[in-house]
Amino acid sequence: MMRKLPIPIALLALAAVACGGGTGDEPAGQASASSGGDAAAAKPLEGVTIEVAAKWTGDEQTNFEQVLKAFQDKTGATVTYASTGEDTGAYLGPRIQGGNPPDVAILPQPGLVQQYADENALKPLSAEVQAQIDQNYTPYWKELGSANGQVYGVLVKAAHKSLIWYRQSAFDDAGAQPATTWDDLIGKTAQTLSDSGIAPFALCGASGWTLTDLFENVYLSSAGPENYDKLSKHEIPWTDPTVTTALEKMAQIFGKKEFMLGGSSGALQTDFPTCVTQVYAQKKAAMVIEADFVAASLGQSGAEVGQEAQIMPFPKAGDTAPVVLGGDVAVVMKDSKGAQALVEFLASKEGGEVWAKQPGYLSPNRNVSPDNYPSDLTRQLAQTIISAGEAVRYDMSDLAPSAFGGTDGKGEWKQLQDFLRNPSDVKGAQEKLEADAAKAFKK
Amino acid sequence: MTERLDGPQASGGGETSAAGASPGRTDPPEKTPTESTATESTATEPTPAGTTPSEKPRTGRVRARLGPSPTLAVLFLLPALLLLGVWMVYPVIYSIFRSLYDASGERFVGLGNYASIFTDSATLTTIRNNIIWVVVAPLVVTVLGLIFAVLTERIRWATAFKLVLFMPMAVSLLAAGVIFRLVYEQDPDKGVANAVLTTVHDTFSSSQGYPGARPRDNDQAPAVAQEDGTVTLRRPAELGQTVLIPLVGLPPDSVKDATPAKPAAATPGDGIGGTVWLDVVRGGGGTVNQVDAQEKGLEGVTVEAVSGGQVKATTETAADGTFRFTGLPAGSYTVRLPQSNFAAPFNGLTWLGPTLITPAIIGAYIWVWAGFAMVLIAAGLSAVPRDALEAARIDGATEWQVFRRITVPLLSPVLLVVFVTMIINVLKVFDLVFIIAPGSVQPNANVIALEMWRVSFGGGNNQGLGSALAIFLLVLVVPFMIFNIRRFRRDDR
Repeated sequence: MMRKLPIPIALLALAAVACGGGTGDEPAGQASASSGGDAAAAKPLEGVTIEVAAKWTGDEQTNFEQVLKAFQDKTGATVTYASTGEDTGAYLGPRIQGGNPPDVAILPQPGLVQQYADENALKPLSAEVQAQIDQNYTPYWKELGSANGQVYGVLVKAAHKSLIWYRQSAFDDAGAQPATTWDDLIGKTAQTLSDSGIAPFALCGASGWTLTDLFENVYLSSAGPENYDKLSKHEIPWTDPTVTTALEKMAQIFGKKEFMLGGSSGALQTDFPTCVTQVYAQKKAAMVIEADFVAASLGQSGAEVGQEAQIMPFPKAGDTAPVVLGGDVAVVMKDSKGAQALVEFLASKEGGEVWAKQPGYLSPNRNVSPDNYPSDLTRQLAQTIISAGEAVRYDMSDLAPSAFGGTDGKGEWKQLQDFLRNPSDVKGAQEKLEADAAKAFKK
Repeated sequence: MTERLDGPQASGGGETSAAGASPGRTDPPEKTPTESTATESTATEPTPAGTTPSEKPRTGRVRARLGPSPTLAVLFLLPALLLLGVWMVYPVIYSIFRSLYDASGERFVGLGNYASIFTDSATLTTIRNNIIWVVVAPLVVTVLGLIFAVLTERIRWATAFKLVLFMPMAVSLLAAGVIFRLVYEQDPDKGVANAVLTTVHDTFSSSQGYPGARPRDNDQAPAVAQEDGTVTLRRPAELGQTVLIPLVGLPPDSVKDATPAKPAAATPGDGIGGTVWLDVVRGGGGTVNQVDAQEKGLEGVTVEAVSGGQVKATTETAADGTFRFTGLPAGSYTVRLPQSNFAAPFNGLTWLGPTLITPAIIGAYIWVWAGFAMVLIAAGLSAVPRDALEAARIDGATEWQVFRRITVPLLSPVLLVVFVTMIINVLKVFDLVFIIAPGSVQPNANVIALEMWRVSFGGGNNQGLGSALAIFLLVLVVPFMIFNIRRFRRDDR
């Protein structure tokens, strides 16, 4: 008896170890059905139903539905919105395989455009949509949405990644000023802050992508857009001298433990958004280098954007003022008239300006006037995009194969973290980056 | 008909047996003999023999047909077999098949994926970590479980105590991971582990001075920080001179209440004077390397006068930051502030750093599973025959001997089950590592199961290598599974 007693318990316990979590496939948030049916004659898409899938939920979804409503009012089509949840690939994959994709999908990474194009899951954009792209975007964006010689996607929503957020009171206490060049940032701003006894930077080293963002800004600025494009496609190796320059500049922060809150060891244990908390809630550091979405993490710290929470554009580390964007690409998955029309609307000045009036949206469309934005911050950000013109680039790590540019503990994330741990070995870091990149790009 | 009394008993139904027993009597109750036979035959014997009750069923043939017929058995087993086939056998076979192909699943690579498991340094780290886990965690869990079980056996509130220890099992591993991520936080204000360590440490030695203070980091600064943290004046001081040692790196607010700094008064011919102060003004401004009115002196800083490598005199600064050496022999002196002035306070251990991460996560694992082991072992312990222990005690064995020579051997089957179960469990460990290790140290803490997920779904997108890792893990687990199953079967006999 004694021997047998534990076994059922043991088996039960073993079974209990395994647990699963289903990614909630929430019922599609219904966009309000088209109501204005009386002016049918003027509306070319009366009776057409379009399904659009994107990752947004909550406020972002509500804001997007406003844009869809404007489209419905204009064309008479009925648009339903389906939220894909965080993992867009996991949502779309089965629907593509099942032969029932949404009409329009908004992909969080341009890399997926290439992937789905290879699977023949995308429809080329119509001439009208391409005309909108030519008019409103620089050629770089057209190429970004292209695969195998066809234009499939257009960037409709941008995240601005070339920012440094700072805490006004820390700057006031130290008498520090925002910098416009990298040398001033290191030599004056950061030094002044450090001398006055506050850590200049809260780095989020545990979240590898924040380090790749930092690298991309320094690299775009110091090596220029052409080299940036080449490195993105791995046409030049990571052992290139331009990478050396960029890493050496980063080492000006990484190499000084008093420049980072907690030194490099502390920085490597801090993830995003803890670093934002360290600056604005705990007030232990003065600056955090990350994108516009930091605003969403200010939360309980009570720091108001534009008051205590200020931004400076990422300083020039070379000849180019860097503007690195992340963002979402709209693609057509079913060849219907409505789908092309919706993407055309999203890529147009008209659609962009409807969206721009909603909070938390930034348009990559250069013809969307900054006056449409509800807040000073986004106006300022939009201005930097417009003035950077041809030099705006997409987040490099998101363009790389995810084994290199998007996996925790692997590839670029890991190598930059190791570089933060040991910033004196620039050459070694470059060689390891190159080895990982070669492996990932080969596939 | 009397023999038929036995028949219904085989079917086991109480009511049927009552009905079966009645036909011998003159007045049958509700059921006629034929009815009872019919119910009985459908339940036990589908053969026509059952319809004509006689002595024959009493022979061995009944025993052979005691279980259900083979077709029925297959029918009953079918759902289980189907589920096992769909959810276990097919995936395993497909994984083996998939592991022979590359990331895209189109090119056959043979054993290439398995080769890369043993050549890639990242996966080798995961194997090393898994070995550490398997060696340490099951042993510690079992031993702790045994200790808890034996110690709680005889106390009054044993159940309550066991309940508390068993509680972590009720927490999901993911939640346990979140808890321990906080426990191991570096900042002692947040992390319990470091809060305990620093409290204990500070009880014995507390840090004083000005951690973080340093000279300005440029060529104009009169003082410079050495490798070891000592702050030295660049130019040697002559007798009769006064020197300035401006320091920065502290928030001006931290010395708000200190006395304003003053330049040292002129010194007689056999001395050296000077000032150590915080050369920072709140909000900026002030003259760099000059004592300004708002700037505060640093009190209690140890200052040394060094000549020819030897410390000739030591003094401390006054409230306004001034110090003075007197009665020095002729010569020039290097004035320095030893490192002890700036010693950083003890901040606990870097639990989540690359070195301690695996032991730290194992600690969390033990917290979760020790209670489980204790409950199993305690159950076993309650079944240990008391007389064996009593006999040993009467024979004069000490408590330790009783424990070592009687209790443990009698418990060994349970201990073995716990131990092997833990090994299987530990080989699959995933969630704790995933949650506790920060992204930057995850390569150092990585284990096979986590690597498998990372490589196939968590960004790596290489399900070929992922399948190979899964099969590798399966191969590691299988021997222990077989061992456990064989034990269970032996116990059943």
